[in-house]
Amino acid sequence: MNEEHKKNDCLFYNDPESLLLESGQIINGHDIAYKTYGTLNSKKDNAILICHALSGDQYVASSHPITKKEGWWERMVGKDKPIDTSRFFVICINVLGGCMGSTGPASINPETNKVFAVNFPIITIADMVKAQVRLIDNLEIEKLVSVIGGSMGGMQALEWAASYPERLKSAIPIATSSRHTAQNIAFHELGRQAIMADVNWNSGNYKDKNTNPSKGLSIARMTAHVTYLSEASLTKKFGRKLQDKTDLGFGFDADFQIESYLRHQGHTFVDRFDANSYLYITRAMDYFDLEKTHKKSLTEIYANTNLKFLIVSFTGDWLYPTSENLMIVRALSAGGVDVSFVEIDSDKGHDAFLLDEPEFDVCLDGFLKSL
Amino acid sequence: MITLRKDLDLIANLVEDNSKVIDIGCGNGELLNFLSKNKNSKIQGLEINQKKVNKCVSKGLSVIQGDADKDLGLYPEKSFDYVILSQTIQATLEPEKILIELTRIGKRVIVSIPNFGFWKVRLDLLVKGKMPITSKLNSTWFETENIHLCTISDFTDLCDQLNLKIKQTVTIASNKQKKFSGKPNKSANIFAEEAIFLIQN
Repeated sequence: MNEEHKKNDCLFYNDPESLLLESGQIINGHDIAYKTYGTLNSKKDNAILICHALSGDQYVASSHPITKKEGWWERMVGKDKPIDTSRFFVICINVLGGCMGSTGPASINPETNKVFAVNFPIITIADMVKAQVRLIDNLEIEKLVSVIGGSMGGMQALEWAASYPERLKSAIPIATSSRHTAQNIAFHELGRQAIMADVNWNSGNYKDKNTNPSKGLSIARMTAHVTYLSEASLTKKFGRKLQDKTDLGFGFDADFQIESYLRHQGHTFVDRFDANSYLYITRAMDYFDLEKTHKKSLTEIYANTNLKFLIVSFTGDWLYPTSENLMIVRALSAGGVDVSFVEIDSDKGHDAFLLDEPEFDVCLDGFLKSL
Repeated sequence: MITLRKDLDLIANLVEDNSKVIDIGCGNGELLNFLSKNKNSKIQGLEINQKKVNKCVSKGLSVIQGDADKDLGLYPEKSFDYVILSQTIQATLEPEKILIELTRIGKRVIVSIPNFGFWKVRLDLLVKGKMPITSKLNSTWFETENIHLCTISDFTDLCDQLNLKIKQTVTIASNKQKKFSGKPNKSANIFAEEAIFLIQN
C-alpha cells in the first residue's frame, strides 16, 4: 500500500523515536504519511497544517489513489483559493492510527512481524497531535501560520493550541467540540458494534485470514453518514423518491433513493478504509475531552494564549452544533484570547464544512489574509 | 487613509495608540477597522447580528456574535484598555447593569448616546405631539430598537449615582463638536444632538 501512496507523491516520515502515548503505552518508531502543497519559503514561516476528519486522509487537494475522486477540500485549498497554495505551504498528515500510510492497526508490528490489529495501543487526539509535532519539528518549521481542521480535525486544532500555542500563529477549529457528548459517543458505538458483530471481523484478526468485515464497516459508515447530513438536506435531495422504479417493491430491496444512496456510501467506504482503524479513530474521538486531559477548565487552558482563533459553526449541524462551538468561543473570550466566531447559515448538516458554502470561504479568506 | 463617520472619528480620537479595545455592538466593524489600522489597537468586537459578524470576520477583524445584555459577564476584570459602546446603550434591556459591567471589564469606557433632550426632539414632541424622528432617531416608535432613550442629563445623573467619573465629554450638533473636560454644561442638554462620554474610574 505504501508503494501506492509513494506513487501519488505522498511523503513518508519514519519517526525513529519512541512515542509515549496518553494511555502510558509506547510506540517504538512509527511512520507518518503526509502530503504537501505549495512551497516552503526560506524562512519556513508560511506553513499551514490541515488536519483531516475521521474518514479523511492526507489527500486534501489532490485526487485519492483508490477512489480517484478529487481531494476532500479541493474547493478550499489551491492556487488563489482561500487556503492559497501560492502563498502557503500546506501540509496534511494522515493521523496516527489511520490506514493511508501512517502507522495504525493495519501496520506490521515490528516486534512480532504480524499485523497489529487490536494489539495496536489505544491512541488519543493528543497522541495524533504529538506525532504531528514531531513531523513539523523534522521539517524544521518553528511556527505554523495556522492549524485548520473540521470535526475531528478541529479537535486536533484545539489540542495543538492547548499544548503547543508557541508553535502557532493561529488556530481554526471548524464544526467541532471540546469534548465528545453522549450523543457523539452513542453514534460511534453503533458503528463499532456493527463492525465487531460482523463474523469476518474475527476479533480484529481479519487480515491474517484474508477476509474483511465489510458488512459491518459499511453499516458503520451508513450510520455515521446520516449524522453528517440533516433532515432538510435529506428531504431536499431524496424526499420519498424511489430508486429506478415507479412503485414500491413490497420487499427489502432498496426501494427508496436514500437507501440506495446509503448502501453506495457504505460499499465505497470499505474499499478505502480499514475496519480496525475505524474502531481506533472513533475511540480517540470519544475519549477527547480537553478539560480532562489538561486537568484545567477550558478558560484556564487557553488563558492569555497569544494566538488568534477563528471558530466556525453551521446552523444545520446537529452533530457538533453551534452551542458546542460557542462554548469554546466563550471560554476563549473569558481568557482574554483574540477570537473570531462565525456561524454559517446552511441546511447541509455537519458536512457543510466540506461543501459549497461561499460565505464560509469569504470568512476563512479574510481571516487568513489578516494574519 | 480611511475616513470615518463623524461620531466614530471623535471616539477614535479618545483612544490612545497601541491599546486593547473592545467595541460592543460593533456593527460592520467600521470603527474597529480604523482603530486596528490607524491606532495599532488590539481589537475585539461583539455584535448581536450574525450577518454583520461574518462581514467583520471576512474583513479580518476579530469579532464574535454576542449580546451586550447577556455576554459581558464573560470577560475578566479590566481586560481591556477601552470598552466602546457606540449608540447602543439605549437599545439594551438593562442600561444600568451594562454600564456597571463596562466599567468592570474596561479601564476606560467610551459611551455615545443620541440626546433625547436635543431641542429638535423636544420641539417635535411639543408641537406635533408625536414621537420625534430626527437624523439620529430615524425610526418610528413601533420600529425603533431604542427602548431606553435618555437625555445627556439623564445619563450624567446615572453616572453620578453609580459613582462613575466622566473624564471628558464631546458633544455634536449639526457636525460641530464641543469638548468638555468632565461633564458637559447644562446647555449641551438642549443644543447637542449626541454626546460621547469618556468614563474612567
